[in-house]
Amino acid sequence: MAVTDPASPGVLGDPTVVVDGLRVDYKTFASGKRAKDRRSLMTRQRGVRIVHALKGVSFVAREGESIGVIGHNGSGKSTLMRAIAGLLTGSEGTVYAASRPALLGVNAALIPNLTGEKNVMLGGLALGLTPKEVAQRYDDIVAFSGLEEFMDLPMKTYSSGMQSRLRFSIAVSRDHQILLVDEALAVGDKEFRKKSEDRIRQLRGEAGTVFLVSHSMRSILETCSRVLWIDHGNLKMDGDPQEVVDAYQASKN
Amino acid sequence: MSDSDISAIARDAGLKQVGARPPLGSYLAETWRRRAFAMSLARYRLEASLHESRLGLGWIVLRPLLNAAIYGTVFGLIMDRSSRPGDIPFIPFLVVGVFVFEFFSKSFGSGAKAITGNAGLVRSLTFPRLLLPLSQIIQFIIELVPMLIVMAIIVAAFGVPITWTWLLVIPLMGLMTMFNFGVALIAARLTVHLRDVAQIIPLVTRLFFYGSGIFYSLDLVLADNPAWMLTVAHLNPVGGFIGLTRLFVLGGPEVSTLLWVATLVSPFVTMAFGVVFFWRAEEKYGRD
Repeated sequence: MAVTDPASPGVLGDPTVVVDGLRVDYKTFASGKRAKDRRSLMTRQRGVRIVHALKGVSFVAREGESIGVIGHNGSGKSTLMRAIAGLLTGSEGTVYAASRPALLGVNAALIPNLTGEKNVMLGGLALGLTPKEVAQRYDDIVAFSGLEEFMDLPMKTYSSGMQSRLRFSIAVSRDHQILLVDEALAVGDKEFRKKSEDRIRQLRGEAGTVFLVSHSMRSILETCSRVLWIDHGNLKMDGDPQEVVDAYQASKN
Repeated sequence: MSDSDISAIARDAGLKQVGARPPLGSYLAETWRRRAFAMSLARYRLEASLHESRLGLGWIVLRPLLNAAIYGTVFGLIMDRSSRPGDIPFIPFLVVGVFVFEFFSKSFGSGAKAITGNAGLVRSLTFPRLLLPLSQIIQFIIELVPMLIVMAIIVAAFGVPITWTWLLVIPLMGLMTMFNFGVALIAARLTVHLRDVAQIIPLVTRLFFYGSGIFYSLDLVLADNPAWMLTVAHLNPVGGFIGLTRLFVLGGPEVSTLLWVATLVSPFVTMAFGVVFFWRAEEKYGRD
């Protein structure tokens, strides 16, 4: 298994994200009993079950790379993204980054009973923009999302596709050196997906690093310059998109 | 390539560790820079609650009013008249107690949900988590204004003279805000570590309710009991804030020196402890 080959072709910039031996364990209070086990509630096992989501992942990402992350459901892709974003800390290993990475995920509901307009304001402020900057960018954000006529409706009335469009538009309104996109493109329609992919390529061109988690191999092949394959918490393969995607698809058959 | 080589690459490139808890000073500075977020969140939540029910914001005042009406009817009839100071009208005495207590119980209860109830925000965006309990407290400060106005109207309607000492309630509520903020921060972190805490919060709230003398005077009720019980009661800052508000607004009953000291010192101690206690788990919020 190859960690980044230092002599890889193409002109790559300085490292922006370095992940060193990252392990992430989740503790759950689930007893993991089988359903046929008919013990009473009182004798419930108190044992904490530990789920190993990532079992020591290491790689170096550089400026100008856009990295696809693939793997089956539950393989640890989203955990890796959240660890890089600093939303959870590993039990072992370290993540280093040049600046605060921004994560864009599908499960990231903002505040459902507030209107789209207010969510744009709050999202911008939470990203660290000043109220003035949010006001300046407001029209661009709404125009990018294409949801002009729905901005005065509560976000809970949006379809999941509309919600993720709005979140994506908020997140890319600011220039990020490191952007993590976790399946956020899968829900949009074709036209929006194209617009988003263009924006990702643009961010990458501005000497940024983009991580893209997707189950759409077409999307990965079209936007990524490198692919990581995560399998059961291990980094199984790291390299050229076509090679990794071929190996991944071969493994499923 | 071994792990240490990878870390060396990171160090050579001058990269910073992600997810490490920042020092307290820069954490607070970052919180201050993002204050607009806490303010907007508080304002939007209030506006949203305006549309959630027909009476909207009216409930902010109606809930404590109805509470006061129930306690007044039930305990005004059941409890012995000797349990409350005879020279102070009972309804203003009760209304001040219920309204001031409401400020504490809301901060405590919502503070406990500040992180767990905003999982969507915590999981998707990185910002100092201190902003979430802070926005709750800001919301309650805004709600406090109509509550104090209605409280003043009721008290005045029952013939209590309006005096300059009423203005002392404003700095007193400032101190109570600091105390409540500290309590909210402690509750917020405890709930994250142990969800069971959320179940205990209503019980603790009730304990404070009866221990703060809402519809009776603790000094009178505990007069025949061992002295240490009254000493413990005077160390309860919630009862202290209620006692001092009564002193400023109703002109009595007198409060002990111990209660004065406990009430004036506790906000600083509670808030300082709460901020440090909350900050020390910053990197753990949103882990599950």
